[in-house]
Amino acid sequence: MVRFENVTKVYPDGTKAVAELNLHVERGEFVCLIGPSGCGKTTTMKMINRLHEPTSGKIYVDGRDISTVNPVELRRNIGYVIQQVGLFPHLTIAQNIELVPRLLGWDKARRARRVDELLQMVNLDPAVYRDRYPRELSGGQQQRVGVLRALAAEPDLILMDEPFGALDPITRETLQDELKRLQAKLKKTVVFVTHDMDEALKLADRIVVMKDGRIHQVATPDELLRNPKDEFVAQFIGRDRLVASAETLTVADIMIRNPVAAPPHFGLAEAVATMRKRRVNSVLVVDEEERLLGIVTARAIERGIASHRTLGEVMETNLATVTPDQPVTLAIQRMLLGRLEFLPVVDEQRRLKGLVTNTSLVGTLSRTAEARGATA
Amino acid sequence: MITWEKLGELTLQHLTLSLSAVLLATLVAVPGGILLSRNRRAADPIIAVVGMFQTLPAIALLAFMIPLMGIGSRPALAALFLYALLPILSNTYKGLVSVDPAAKEAARGMGMTAFQMLLFVELPLAFRVIMSGIRTSTVLIIGWATLGAYVGAGGLGEPIISGFAMVSPRLILAGGVPVTLMALLADFLLGYLERKVTPRGLQV
Repeated sequence: MVRFENVTKVYPDGTKAVAELNLHVERGEFVCLIGPSGCGKTTTMKMINRLHEPTSGKIYVDGRDISTVNPVELRRNIGYVIQQVGLFPHLTIAQNIELVPRLLGWDKARRARRVDELLQMVNLDPAVYRDRYPRELSGGQQQRVGVLRALAAEPDLILMDEPFGALDPITRETLQDELKRLQAKLKKTVVFVTHDMDEALKLADRIVVMKDGRIHQVATPDELLRNPKDEFVAQFIGRDRLVASAETLTVADIMIRNPVAAPPHFGLAEAVATMRKRRVNSVLVVDEEERLLGIVTARAIERGIASHRTLGEVMETNLATVTPDQPVTLAIQRMLLGRLEFLPVVDEQRRLKGLVTNTSLVGTLSRTAEARGATA
Repeated sequence: MITWEKLGELTLQHLTLSLSAVLLATLVAVPGGILLSRNRRAADPIIAVVGMFQTLPAIALLAFMIPLMGIGSRPALAALFLYALLPILSNTYKGLVSVDPAAKEAARGMGMTAFQMLLFVELPLAFRVIMSGIRTSTVLIIGWATLGAYVGAGGLGEPIISGFAMVSPRLILAGGVPVTLMALLADFLLGYLERKVTPRGLQV
């Protein structure tokens, strides 16, 4: 659908915005161009509808060398959405949406049908919104209209330049979800510029990471998360999002690192106060050398508070433990078999290193699953 | 001293002279402002030159016109035309360059030709500013058109000038009051028109 062949763009002041770029975007593919500012991603996108002209190299859209196509005609067949939305404030929502169809000479009835159909697609009631003006809409609604305007003439190809970058996080997510839903239905070819990796991972079929005007890595979100090419990509993705499977995770990766611990002579009433404050329901009992002696749960305290005074007197000492370097799978096994809610983590000298709980386990595993789900 | 009939005739003359000058200036200055907005580097010097006419004393400008165009309404029209240019030209320019760049980028990206962008996006968005330039010019010119009487263009300047010569406050008022009313009325009407024509989406 879109093919770049050795495309280079040098600005008049000598800065090389894009260098020797080769890229093929398949029909129906959602491609995100991502990279730090100044990496050439926006320039690359704007060359597709000839808002920028390449200095050398060729770009093909639908098999046609676009340097031979009239830019006005080319643009009318390519949807375009920008971050600042750019709705025309003097026109109603309907007039904004139907603008390209009007330029293309659609008749009035067909335009009106199309406007209503589009508004319904994003759950904006046509009867309410058709005749409103842009300034009467919220930012999120305006950008919905911005997207509809790009879709209006049913282009196969849509360019989006950080369309959700100026929205608040909640609205942004809603619009991303909506776009994903629309894309699943409409199967457009989309070139989407962003600097937000979450957004790219969520929306893209393929992510093009750019750096200094060059393509640094092209990969599906899944591949990118599993095999970032180098430190630059890894950092851009963010360490915490890199996928590690449950098989390769160690206990150290998922344990709580500073569990609530107290010496055996600690009073029960104090222990209750500490547990409340830290919002936990157990305390690990350790000696002066941080060696694990036992565990006391809130329930044990409840039972023992009348007849005992210190943690040492009520603690459970018969404990299953794991070491930090053991695989997570082993911890899961032990917890499932022993029906345990906690699994203290200790080193060879039995010094307390951390704690695995049901919640920390579930949290980690669901995050890995989510990262995979996002790429599925 | 002066009949109602004569006053009516002078008023009509005055109005025709003023409106012709503003109309001509609009026909020149709006396209001029559009051109300037496409050549921003040329804009400042050209607006400065047009602004210089504004600083010339009206009487001097009129005096210059006589050897060039003789006497009558033509030299008066030419001088008033030059006076009317600046507010319209500079407002057209300012209005066009202050159109939201996002709207222009969207328009271009959607495949509007330069002419369509001008017609459907830039001019409507700059309309208010251009209109207020025309309004300023009109009020200004209605006042200055009184000087037209010096070069034989007639208008409400005639009774005022005669009133000066004859030390007749009544005669001065006979010219001055209608001019003032005309200026106020023009300001009001153009303001009303401006609000009427501004699309709801741009009203604040």
